[in-house]
Amino acid sequence: MLAPVTHFLPLTTIVRKRLLPVKGKVVARLNQRVIATEVVAEAHYAREYVLLDVARTFGISPLAADRLIRCKAGEELTEGTLIAEKKGLFSKTMRAPSDGRVIIAGNGQVLMEVGETSLELRAGMPGIVTEVIPDWGVVIQTTGVLIQGVWGNGRMDTGLMLPLLEKPADVLTAAQLDVSLRGSVLLAGHCRDGEVLRAAAELPVRGLILSSLMPSLLPLAAQMRYPILVIDGFGNLPMNPSAFKILSTNVKREVTIRAETYDRYTGTRPELVIPLPVNQEVPVAPDLATFAPEQQVRLRRAPHVGEIATLTRLLPGSTVLPVGLRVPAAEVRLQNGEQIIVPLVNLEVIA
Amino acid sequence: MPVSLVEGESLLALDVGAVNTRALLFDVVEGRYRFVAAGQAISTAEAPLADIGEGVRRSIEHLQTITGRVFLQPNGALLTPSQPDGSGTDNVVAVISAGPALKTVVVGLLDGVSVESARRLAETTYARIVDTIGLGDTRKAQEQLNDLMRERPDLVIIAGGTDGGASRSLQKVIEVIGLVCYLLPENQRPAVLFAGNQNLIEDVRTLLQKWTPILHFSPNVRPGLETEDLGPASKELAEMFPAIRQLNMHGVEDLNLRCGGLLPAAYAYGRMIRFLSQVYGGERGLLGVEVGASAVTVAAGLTGDLRLNVYPQLGLGENLPRILKQTELADIVRWLPLDISAGFVLDYIYQKSIYPSSLPATKEDLTIEQALARQALHLAIRSAARDWPARARPLQPGLLPPFEPVFVGGSVIANAPTLGQSLLMVLDALQPVGITNIILDQNNLLPVLGAAAQRNALLPVQVLESGAFVNLAAVVAPICEADYGTVVMRVRLIQDDGTESQHDVKHGSLEILPLPGGQSAKLQIKPLRRADAGFGPGRAGTIRVAGGVLGVIIDARGRPLSLPADAVRRRELIKKWLWTVGG
Repeated sequence: MLAPVTHFLPLTTIVRKRLLPVKGKVVARLNQRVIATEVVAEAHYAREYVLLDVARTFGISPLAADRLIRCKAGEELTEGTLIAEKKGLFSKTMRAPSDGRVIIAGNGQVLMEVGETSLELRAGMPGIVTEVIPDWGVVIQTTGVLIQGVWGNGRMDTGLMLPLLEKPADVLTAAQLDVSLRGSVLLAGHCRDGEVLRAAAELPVRGLILSSLMPSLLPLAAQMRYPILVIDGFGNLPMNPSAFKILSTNVKREVTIRAETYDRYTGTRPELVIPLPVNQEVPVAPDLATFAPEQQVRLRRAPHVGEIATLTRLLPGSTVLPVGLRVPAAEVRLQNGEQIIVPLVNLEVIA
Repeated sequence: MPVSLVEGESLLALDVGAVNTRALLFDVVEGRYRFVAAGQAISTAEAPLADIGEGVRRSIEHLQTITGRVFLQPNGALLTPSQPDGSGTDNVVAVISAGPALKTVVVGLLDGVSVESARRLAETTYARIVDTIGLGDTRKAQEQLNDLMRERPDLVIIAGGTDGGASRSLQKVIEVIGLVCYLLPENQRPAVLFAGNQNLIEDVRTLLQKWTPILHFSPNVRPGLETEDLGPASKELAEMFPAIRQLNMHGVEDLNLRCGGLLPAAYAYGRMIRFLSQVYGGERGLLGVEVGASAVTVAAGLTGDLRLNVYPQLGLGENLPRILKQTELADIVRWLPLDISAGFVLDYIYQKSIYPSSLPATKEDLTIEQALARQALHLAIRSAARDWPARARPLQPGLLPPFEPVFVGGSVIANAPTLGQSLLMVLDALQPVGITNIILDQNNLLPVLGAAAQRNALLPVQVLESGAFVNLAAVVAPICEADYGTVVMRVRLIQDDGTESQHDVKHGSLEILPLPGGQSAKLQIKPLRRADAGFGPGRAGTIRVAGGVLGVIIDARGRPLSLPADAVRRRELIKKWLWTVGG
């Protein structure tokens, strides 16, 4: 059976495609070394569109209005530029409401785009540009630590990672946040208090790595301007031992959090990267596996949710669980040595 | 022997769901069509594969393992037609529900008329309405344009205007849609379905054809102010659905070609319910409900007239947190037989949305999953009831019309650990009234049978009669106003072998009258205190009932079902009901 994979890797090669949502211009070059916050591509698009109905405003037919329209498609207009004028006893004029560009002029109407917005696509992780995709973006490659999460608030930043947890089950409190942490990325456990998120914003921090978050805090977390990466899930979950071990042995290193929204269709996941130098090539970890004995797995559901185990045996056919469901299952060994049976759909391979 | 050579053909049905992809084999056994076996694999619409083809291939391979028959050629292509050695299949049909709900804009003129029809039409597929435009919309055209540019819809449904009627207002809105299509990048332009004033078809074609990847036309959903006909437009929308999916989902085009017309699972389900209502449903109409990961589907068949409502926002998969936009957490917690906090349920909802394919492995998780199914189905039915015609009239306002029978399905119901749990979920959520049979589609066959029906009309009928569905129980649910514990009905069950049993039914009780599956009996019902068991208030009657696997259920818990406010008492009562239906 196909197995979903989550990466908690102390050293791997990471390859990420970074693309603009709309066509734009790639500013990074092939083989260029980039830092996470560096702009690799940019696009410009209209903040909004203004539809000027000349025919209706002048009370004339679209055909008559077309004869009075003074601008044409593609023309750049400044605020107040005459767009149409009706002369006579009851003369009327229509002028550009703001600076902008004419998109369409005809059928008695003028459509303008105004208020240009720039979109800057950042590298998202430090590395080398290994491919340029003209008009759309780049492929970036690096080596280092890769930890994937389950939720991100859409922000991205880089900073020195400082630990605020000693044990995987620690709970982060606002009292732990002092001025010495300003500008750093905080490695923490469970967050159950909105005050913590606000205090982190006030410092400010460059990022927050959490084991788990109370769902009621999601709207607030989404508003925070610093990246928040949740590794294990919602509710009170300790950090899984694999991620905890890797992260706690890499404190005081520069970490990039790309807390993107989890999109299961495109495969975009929130994740963090700690770049590390290598003497020889390390392979890219596969994103898909087939369940097999000796794999490290994470349990997705209770009991033992979030725990890391070793898959010891795939059970043939279907197995009846204690709750009565009949499903394909596997026997796994928890880190305390206990052997339990878990439905395959409640497992993901850690690689 | 098969009735004819054509009807004797085997059929492979593929069902690409949000979580699982299934390959189901139907073939002729002893002269009649039978459901033979199902193979299953994880759906692969999502990354990293992001190609439904792999899940389809694996589900067929699983079917090959189960049946020992070969359906795939060494190069991975389907082996058609069937070969003398039994390998291969003659026909392939497929349905799909995988993928995110389509972001949909509905456009009409009058709010309660064509806008409402466009909304109903959107609800016949996996759509999420993100904007509504009509004459009642106070936004300027420019604001509508900017809002739609921000939403970037996948689909625009345009209704409005009676055929040959005024067209100016609709034309202005269509111009806005045209501008949106023109301004959006080519790969983000929405598909458009025009189901309005037929005199505007050429105008719409001229304006939109160049700027939309998919433009379809259907007969007017509102040919007159007082008449609504969603059927042809719904069919058109069903044909558009795979075309829209294939714009951003690999493997859909290939499957569409292989099976000669991929259908949305909900549409195929509705088609089957309509068919069943013609064959088996009486004046009371027939109801089908399916609680899946991608959506809750409600289909009411009223002697051939179908009302189909699809609610992706109530699906128990990745969209699960959206249920909280329609209901309070307390309304989910109320269904729990265990003392579980609302906070724990909230954690569950969000955790499940991360891992939609995961299954409950503890008693607590299982009860939460079933509580969510109850509430999602309850909300779906309440919402769908708004669209039912007057002839689907409930005995009292706010109650379920007396449909007979009721088909139920979807993973959480069909795969519940016990059939009693399946039944109780349905009784709690739907709260049927009068006398009805609850039939479980335990293999979720109805959508694929709906797809198969267009190839082979005999197949669904024979499969339905083959025992592939489970008659859970005949349910008698009276409406009455009485104190808890008061006797409201006397029933006598007279079995064909002459065995008789008599029961005094108390208000608030849930009871089972044992009647082995397959056997029938006479059920005499004598209501007291003007209770209405379907014959009218206080009126007695006798009916023949067929025994379901759970016998005959007398559900006198009251309609609407009112749960005790006291949490401890409520949980004890729910445990008692669970125990009554077998735990």
